[in-house]
Amino acid sequence: MTQATTQPQDTRKAMQFGIFSVGDITRNPVTGEEPTDASRLQDVLRIAQHAEEVGLDVFAMGEHHNPPFMPSSPVAINSWLAAKTERLILSTATTLITTNDPVRIAEEYAMLQHLSGGRMDLTLGRGNTGPVYPWFGEDIRQGIPLALEKYALLRRLWREEFVDWSGQFRTPLQGFQSTPRPLDGVPPFVWHGSIRSPEIAEQAAYYGDGFFSNHIFWPAEHTAKMIGYYRQRFEHYGHGTAAQAIVGLGGQAFMRKNSQDAVNEFRPYFNEAPVYGNGPSLEDFTAQTPLTVGSPQQVIDRTLGFREYAGDYQRQLWLMDHAGLPLKTVLEQLDLLGGEVVPVLRKEFAKNRPAGVPDAPTHDNLKAAAAAAALVEKAAEKSAEDVELMEVGS
Amino acid sequence: MTKRRIAVVSAGLAKPSSTRMLADRISTATVARLAELGVEVTVDTIELRDTAVDVTNNLLTGFPSPKLEETIETVATADGLIAVTPVFTTSYNGLFKSFFDVLDPQSLNGAPVLIGATAGTPRHSLVLDYALRPLFTYLHAVVVPTGVFAASADWGDAGDRVATLQSRVERAAAEFASLVAVSDRSSQVRDPFELDSGFSPTGSYMID
Repeated sequence: MTQATTQPQDTRKAMQFGIFSVGDITRNPVTGEEPTDASRLQDVLRIAQHAEEVGLDVFAMGEHHNPPFMPSSPVAINSWLAAKTERLILSTATTLITTNDPVRIAEEYAMLQHLSGGRMDLTLGRGNTGPVYPWFGEDIRQGIPLALEKYALLRRLWREEFVDWSGQFRTPLQGFQSTPRPLDGVPPFVWHGSIRSPEIAEQAAYYGDGFFSNHIFWPAEHTAKMIGYYRQRFEHYGHGTAAQAIVGLGGQAFMRKNSQDAVNEFRPYFNEAPVYGNGPSLEDFTAQTPLTVGSPQQVIDRTLGFREYAGDYQRQLWLMDHAGLPLKTVLEQLDLLGGEVVPVLRKEFAKNRPAGVPDAPTHDNLKAAAAAAALVEKAAEKSAEDVELMEVGS
Repeated sequence: MTKRRIAVVSAGLAKPSSTRMLADRISTATVARLAELGVEVTVDTIELRDTAVDVTNNLLTGFPSPKLEETIETVATADGLIAVTPVFTTSYNGLFKSFFDVLDPQSLNGAPVLIGATAGTPRHSLVLDYALRPLFTYLHAVVVPTGVFAASADWGDAGDRVATLQSRVERAAAEFASLVAVSDRSSQVRDPFELDSGFSPTGSYMID
């Protein structure tokens, strides 16, 4: 059951809360059980559906082409989930813009947009696994140029009916029409994900797209600077004030009612987790990154603190299902997240949120914005015509 | 008076270590030579041993702890670097290499560097030229021609009596000091968000 809040409608619109998953297949260090591709996929599907059941807004699936990561096709997973859910926004973490063909991204995600009734968006990332680039015929040293050029094409494919294009990283197109056309003529919302590349923050700012900071693998002061840079460049490019830029943040938590229980239970998973396992202590890592292991209240307090350095933002996703945590535990974590943490965060984040800060992007508000922009344009044309008529008349 | 700051990195593992002794000797000679050139110099000496766990954690997590970040900043923004390692298994030791592995590969571009090494016997002395010098050349640092190698015997009377350890130290320090004197690295303002001059958010540029 989701708890009633004082302003359920508004707070749900302002900020979206959810989870993101890398889909790692990691041996459970406590029981020694090793998931298979099949069992992990079923677990991920269950976890995503449970996210909706506990009142979360977003599920985002990673894309990987190397074991021990299972999800090679987040768009396939999200399409299945679209049919099984009703409210959940299905996103990615991330879609590899460097090694995928932008034409296929345009087509597949537009298809997902239709299948989900607009309940989708995507986060573009470069991927950091060296061999994936040559496996897909690319060169990791061109990671940034690939992300820039391929996205420039992707945007056009969703916004222009027929595209003539040539570039450095793909065979040219003449008169190509990507199908299906975006739902209601509204291209899917795009977040650009990056941990530490200012070029990607610049790209997101240039287009007025969202910027999603992974946040969890880097000290907060660096994330703060990167987001500050994106906000400032967003304003520079004329999309609104810095405070109006669209920001998403990652987070990572493990909770039990008593914080010491959380620490004791999570430590063996932490100690052998991919990325940071067998490295810094749990205590150092929680101090240096947004990882919070403790009571739901501690997660609430820590998360509210993100706003102090990232500004009022639009999307908060947590990594909850990695490092070999068993399904049952992850589902319990989601119960705590959806039942105790997020309802409080919705209320608290709504307090003192400046009026100009945009709501989180959804298909509906993008559609409304496009309709409003079309009206303004029509009015401008009309007044231009009136001026012409007056000039003719005079 | 002109002011400069140099960083001294010692990868010696014992405390006290002969590697640190060599590093101190070189930095003392450098300070004296710079004083003759009218340069007042601050010396930040770093024992890598103190950040050994942090360096390993950085290799695993991809980011430095606050303590290591401060160390990296000290090294990357110095006007010059004296880098000294003991020889382990015919090369710099793993800690020395790991520290330079976690630095941003651009961070020592153009930095004056004086290399030194210590070992039990003089038969390892070419380590300076087959291991340390290529490492810093790769990092686009400017390595002074004279490196200083000290074998155990150099600390007693069985060392080289013609080209003594101190004379080698003095010669290297003189070469290094002349570069440090004109270095402006410590006063440069670095913008971590600076984009390449050819950058365009819509693509159409390639990284060579």
